Amino acid sequence: MAWYLILLPLLAAGVAYRTESVSRRIQLLPLTAVLHLAGLVVALVLASLRGWDARGVWLGLDALGGWVLLVVSVLFALCAFYAPAYLALRPERDNRIFIVCFLCFLGMASLVAHARHPGLVWVAMETTTLTSAPLLYFNHNKHSLEAAWKYLIIGSVGIALALLGTFFLAYAAHMGDVNEPLQYSRLMLEAEKLSRPWLRAGFVLTLIGYGTKMGLAPLHTWKPDAYGETPGIVGALLAGGVTSCAFLALLRVYAVVAAAGEAAFAQELLIGFGLLSMAWALVLMIRQQDFKRLLAYSSVEHMGILVFGIGIGGVAARYALFHLAANALVKSALFMSAGNIHRCYASRQLPQVTGAIRRTPVSAWVFLLGFLAVTGMPPFAPFISEFYIASGSFAQSHPWLGALYLCLLGGIFLAMSDTVLKVVFGTPSPRRVRTPYADTPATTVPLVAALGLALILGLWLPGPLDTMLHSASTWVEGQP
Amino acid sequence: MLADVFIALIMLTNFTLVVTNRIQKAIQLAVLQGVILGLLPLAMGLWRIPHIVLMCAAAIAVKGWLIPSLFRRAMRQVKIDREVGPYISFSASLLLCAVGTGFAIALAKYLPLKLGTPRLWVPASLATLLTGFLLLVSRRKAITQVVGYLVLENGIYLFALLLVEEMALLVEAGILLDLFVGIFVMGIVINHIRTAFDSIDTRQLAALKE
Repeated sequence: MAWYLILLPLLAAGVAYRTESVSRRIQLLPLTAVLHLAGLVVALVLASLRGWDARGVWLGLDALGGWVLLVVSVLFALCAFYAPAYLALRPERDNRIFIVCFLCFLGMASLVAHARHPGLVWVAMETTTLTSAPLLYFNHNKHSLEAAWKYLIIGSVGIALALLGTFFLAYAAHMGDVNEPLQYSRLMLEAEKLSRPWLRAGFVLTLIGYGTKMGLAPLHTWKPDAYGETPGIVGALLAGGVTSCAFLALLRVYAVVAAAGEAAFAQELLIGFGLLSMAWALVLMIRQQDFKRLLAYSSVEHMGILVFGIGIGGVAARYALFHLAANALVKSALFMSAGNIHRCYASRQLPQVTGAIRRTPVSAWVFLLGFLAVTGMPPFAPFISEFYIASGSFAQSHPWLGALYLCLLGGIFLAMSDTVLKVVFGTPSPRRVRTPYADTPATTVPLVAALGLALILGLWLPGPLDTMLHSASTWVEGQP
Repeated sequence: MLADVFIALIMLTNFTLVVTNRIQKAIQLAVLQGVILGLLPLAMGLWRIPHIVLMCAAAIAVKGWLIPSLFRRAMRQVKIDREVGPYISFSASLLLCAVGTGFAIALAKYLPLKLGTPRLWVPASLATLLTGFLLLVSRRKAITQVVGYLVLENGIYLFALLLVEEMALLVEAGILLDLFVGIFVMGIVINHIRTAFDSIDTRQLAALKE
């Protein structure tokens, strides 16, 4: 099953590259998404019946990888069903490279989720950077070129540090006479033998490296540029997909550190990075005129919430994993609706974009509800995870951290609401640019579906998913 | 020992790199460093183990032949303006490189090593990494930034050679492939930058900010 999930998107990418007909090429996206999601569901059902297959040296699926891949695959499906309508709005841009890179990304995400070996996880993560760089350059203008260059250079340097961290981890094992094949479950079982200085240094480097890919402050500098300059659909894929993969890669190392009994050291770092990211995002959200950059800072904030939850541990760690799904779903709705509004107004700046509710009612409603969901309004899924992360931090006797976290969430709500309310409800500007864009079912159904899934997940978590989350979080806490 | 000589050579190339004015020369030095790294396991007397020899051959092929050919292609398209264009003076670069090397030596004291490992190994690797980082942030031209990235990767590769007898061939191949594809993609982006801005000076790339 692992090979099917990894090779299917790559094969589809190969076919897309050779397909001359534009409409057929575009249809490969939803087709691959459905086949991938179906294959993954089969794999997960099989795993829940027969137990997780995590013993392979190179590839295998455990609860954590399965959960993250499920999130990415659903997100990819939402994007893939939105893509045909979006690409039809941009007939002037050649979409061959776009579709090939989109599909390659899914293959590499499957590889990250299945990889059992630290080196293989790294190789797959680096490849996701390389496949997403051309996506950023879809608009082919000077600004998107600048964003792509920054993303490529900052992302490559960050991920190079993660490689050094991976080698440090391998050397920590080497010092303790644990040698190849170094798969993660083996490292966790023999974690007692690992050399502590190397393990700690390795964790710091992987946190910096994969943290750069996630966009934790202060390593997030590529993020607002990248998300601002790309189509909303690519923003959705980056904010929900690439970041989730990087988070998974970080959790793999964290689990080894936790198994070695060094969790306290790692948790301090994670809490620090988490709160710093939230605070940094808050400052830059205030009076933010560009609504796509606003979403980029919201992504920085939510990456902060993820690592904060892991740093608190216990219930908060489990709900941090839940938050991964909540964030991916709501962010995809937000980015794609922001993309629609951008298409309609031909601008992303506040004074020009006001009163979207009259020109693009559905997209504007999704944007508004998505904003409410992402800032933690019940009954959407992010409310559940943000609530349990807060209550977890009080339960784990970190009342001050919990209070600070809640204050930051409140501040972010206020800062975001200013811009979002103006975009949605403000008085339409008199000098408006006429564009052919109008909401159609094809451009809005995937958005509504994403928001609907976030709503369902907020009200009801199906039993099998709950079991999966439980075993994933015990894995993260260091028990393979 | 021969390995010590090689490591000393790598550290010397670091210092030469930061005072180099010509892009062409900087590329040659980074490539030279990569080839020395490729030969290092053989100098350690590991040439009897087939999979290590294969690894070395792959590393030398990628770092000594494929990557330079990518750079040559990028340089052909950039006709004029072949100086690296530093933000800071060469003497300041040299000073920072020396400080970085000292820092690397101090840092490596805290990390225990297996018996019989040359003491200069980890400091040299960290120093090369920091040199790459210095080149990356203190040079204006997009191509020189890629050279910085290559030097940074060289530093990481030097550290990885501590584990050469352990490392799986698949991982090594994946890393080399990613390095090659990474520089290939950077080359494409540089080409687009050149056509869009008519220059490869990254000061042009400063429109996006708060």
